Order: sequence, then C-alpha cells, then structure tokens
Amino acid sequence: MIAFRHRHEALNPILFFVLVCLLFPLGIGPSPQLLKTIAPGIIWAAALLAILMSLTNVFRSEYEDGTLELMVLANHSLVILSMIKLLAHWLLNVFPLILLAPIIASALGMGFDVQMTLIISLLLGTPVLLMVGTTVATLTLVIPQNGMLLALLVLPLYVPVLIFGSSAVNATAIGMSAAGPLYVLAALCVLSLTLAPFAIVAAIKTGVSQ
Amino acid sequence: MTEFFYMGGYAFHVWTSYALAFLVLIINIVGPSLRHKKNIQIARDIQQFNEMK
Amino acid sequence: MMKWLHTMASSAWFYRFAGKCLPWLIAVFTVLFLAGLYGGLVLAPADYQQGDAFRIIYIHVPAAWMSLFIYIVMAVYAFIALVWRIKLAEVLLISSAPIGAAFTFLALVTGSLWGKPMWGTWWSWDARLTSELLLLFLYWGVIGLYAAIEDKRTASRAVSILTLIGVVNIPIIHYSVEWWNTLHQGSSITLTDKPSMATEMLIPLLVMATAFKLYYAISLLIRTRAELVAREPNSKWLKQVIEENNHD
Repeated sequence: MIAFRHRHEALNPILFFVLVCLLFPLGIGPSPQLLKTIAPGIIWAAALLAILMSLTNVFRSEYEDGTLELMVLANHSLVILSMIKLLAHWLLNVFPLILLAPIIASALGMGFDVQMTLIISLLLGTPVLLMVGTTVATLTLVIPQNGMLLALLVLPLYVPVLIFGSSAVNATAIGMSAAGPLYVLAALCVLSLTLAPFAIVAAIKTGVSQ
Repeated sequence: MTEFFYMGGYAFHVWTSYALAFLVLIINIVGPSLRHKKNIQIARDIQQFNEMK
Repeated sequence: MMKWLHTMASSAWFYRFAGKCLPWLIAVFTVLFLAGLYGGLVLAPADYQQGDAFRIIYIHVPAAWMSLFIYIVMAVYAFIALVWRIKLAEVLLISSAPIGAAFTFLALVTGSLWGKPMWGTWWSWDARLTSELLLLFLYWGVIGLYAAIEDKRTASRAVSILTLIGVVNIPIIHYSVEWWNTLHQGSSITLTDKPSMATEMLIPLLVMATAFKLYYAISLLIRTRAELVAREPNSKWLKQVIEENNHD
C-alpha cells in the first residue's frame, strides 16, 4: 500500500526504461537489421539500469522516518515484512517494465518467439536483480549520497544475470535453444529468493544498529 | 646474456610483467609496514596523552 | 578447545604470534620466490609455440590463482565474522581485500601483456577475462564500502555480507573456460588429472604459487597488525608491546 502511495516514484524507472530503449534507435540509426541484433542487449541493459535506479527507494522512506527501527523491533517476522515490501516494489516498479518490454521489442524489430524468451528471461532475472540490489542498497543505506557507490558495488553482481538473460534471448534470435541460460537464470532466481531475504534482514539490522 | 634479456623478441612483455609483479610485491609489504609504524606512533601519543590527564 | 579458540581470536595473542611468524615466513618466501624466478626464467625450456613469452605464466597463473584463493578465504572470514562476531576475523577480512585486488590487477595486466603477442589483442570480452575483471570490481567494492561507513564494526558487517554475495562470481570465473567458448585456454592443471604441462615447466609454476601464498600470509599479517593497532590504541596489550619495544 505504501508503495502505491509513492507511485510517482515508480514512474521514474519505467520512464527511464522506455527512454533508454528509445535512445538507441535514435543514436545508432534506424537500420532494422542492426536494431534487431542488439535489441535483446538494449532491453536487458535498460531494465537492469531501471531497477538499479529504483533500488535507493526501497527502504529509504522507512529509514528516514524511523519506521525501519520499528519494523526491527516489531513482533512480526522481519523476513516476511521485507518480502512483502519487495513483492510490492517488484509489482509496481518491475512488472510494468516486463509488460512494456514486448512493445519496445516490437519497435526494435524483435520477432514474436524471441519476445517470449525475453519475457521469460525478464521474469526470472528481475527478481534476482531486485533481491541482490536491495541487499546491497540496504548495506549502503547508512551512507549519505550512496548512489554512486551503490552502482559500483552492484554492477559486478548484476553482470552475470545480464549475460545469462541476454544470451538466452540471443539464442532464440539465432534459432537455437535458450534452455541453458534460462535454467541458470531460474536457478539464480530460486537461490536469490530463498537466501536474499535473510541477507536483507541482516543488512537492515546492521544499518539500524548504528 | 643478451639472449636472456631479449627473451626471443618478447622482452617488453616478459620484463614488464615481472617488473609489475616486483612492484606489487614491494608495495604491499612496504606500504603496510610504514603504516604499522605510523599507527604505533599514533597509539603511543594517544596513550601518553591519556596518562597525562 | 573453546579456550584455545578464544585465545587465538584475541588481538593481543594474534599480534605477538604474527610478529614471531613473520621473519620465518619472509625467509621461506624469499627462498621460494628466488627459486621460482630462476626456474621460470632460466631453467624451464622455451615453449615450442610461444617461445620465451610463455614465461609470463610464472607470474600470471600464480597471481590469478591467488586472486581466487584470497576471495574464498575472505568469504570464510566473512562467515566467521558474521556468525561468531569475532573481531579478528573482521580485521583479517578487510586486510585481505587490497592484497586480493593487487593480485587480480596483476593477473589482468600480465594476461593482457601475454595476450598481445599470443592472440594479437590486449583485451577480449570473453567469459574468463570479463569475470576476472568483475572480481577486481568486487574487491574494490569491498574496500570502498568499508571506507564509506564510519563505524568500523558496522562497516565490517556490511562488508562481510557483500563478500558472501560476491562469492557466486568465483565458480563463474573458474568454470568460465568450460561453460563458454573462450579465447582463454582451458585448465591444464586440475586437482584430479595428470597435468598436461611438461614437468620442467610445471615445477617453477608450483614453486611460484607456493611463494605467492606465503606472500599473502606475510602481507596479511603486517596489514592486520597495523589495523589492530589502529583499532585499539588504548588497549593494555598494546601498552605492553610498546614498553617491551622501548626496552629493546
């Protein structure tokens, strides 16, 4: 509910995603062949950056008004509380991206079957990005002006997801099976969904104990 | 002897690599050693200051 | 047993123990390092295809092995620091990071210097090179995060969590040459099979690898001692140590 209250903040990553994707045909030139080839990479990179942008907002308002400390002290499980918060964040910030992705993909000339793989790869990969990103963002909550540091810390962790995601889509684009990378993405997804909540709670407790 | 330095034409690549290795090894011992001495000096000052109080 | 472990975890004990070990470590390291240098530069025969350029291997491979090894050790320290909250583990963790970064940097640069004559390019975005570069950024991230957080105990906890998250990169680096088509050659030395390298070439490599491990211990001990002094300037054990040194 609170996430919905801040929905104007959610507009930023979505807008960012669309704009970045549009920059490429404008910057590189409208050659359909070229755009079709690099479209998977563009969409994946833009989605990654959009999620990165939304990370600082995940627990920011709670941290600033002290709700975070209350959450830690509350009787409810902090793990469940943060999972709910992250689910809301994903639904509001990331899911619209995934809905928009096919439209943009068509604009870049991507075929329908390739779009299917794109959607699956995004569905599997974006939770990983959100989980890992939130963990690191929570670690840097206590640092003022943490945007730059957060980006530097998170990008090396994001690159494997990006590579698996875009290589899955590229595989379909050249007619090969995307099963391999998709399985890895699925494994990463399960891994991050099960382990990250505990890491996030540890990070919250670390930040609050200051 | 000159053959040794020439390294079959790859002198630049081989010797730069080894030189960099030397540099890294030396810096990572000398740097911390100096910092250690400095920290001891600072600690000494802090302790003397506390004793004077 | 617990008492022994608790003794080991105390700053005072570690400081003195490290001080006693250091001269021996330095002596053995020097011998092995010089032996490795001599073996690699003089004794090992030039490679059939690569000529003398292959001698870079005696820096590149041990450095790369250390870059992975140190990160794994850091992950162990991180786990200990998080679960048992042992201060010494925290200090060992953050002291290892710059050493790991240095070896990663060395591996990347010597690899680049080797790549130019062999592959014709200074760099390639293949899986192994890219993931090793990511490792360098992970190390820098650990160092940066620790520096950015004021309270050092909080900083240590944050950095422990970050280190453990980044561990996923290590298997990626190691298996990158198997999972993807890479420019980088595959493993010639594994734990289980016979190495595919000639013995006269292999021995200096193993000697250098051991020497580098000893070097890690040396640099780590010096750095940890320096950090312990910085963290606990007012402590009794440090007072004693300083007094002992004054009498020397």
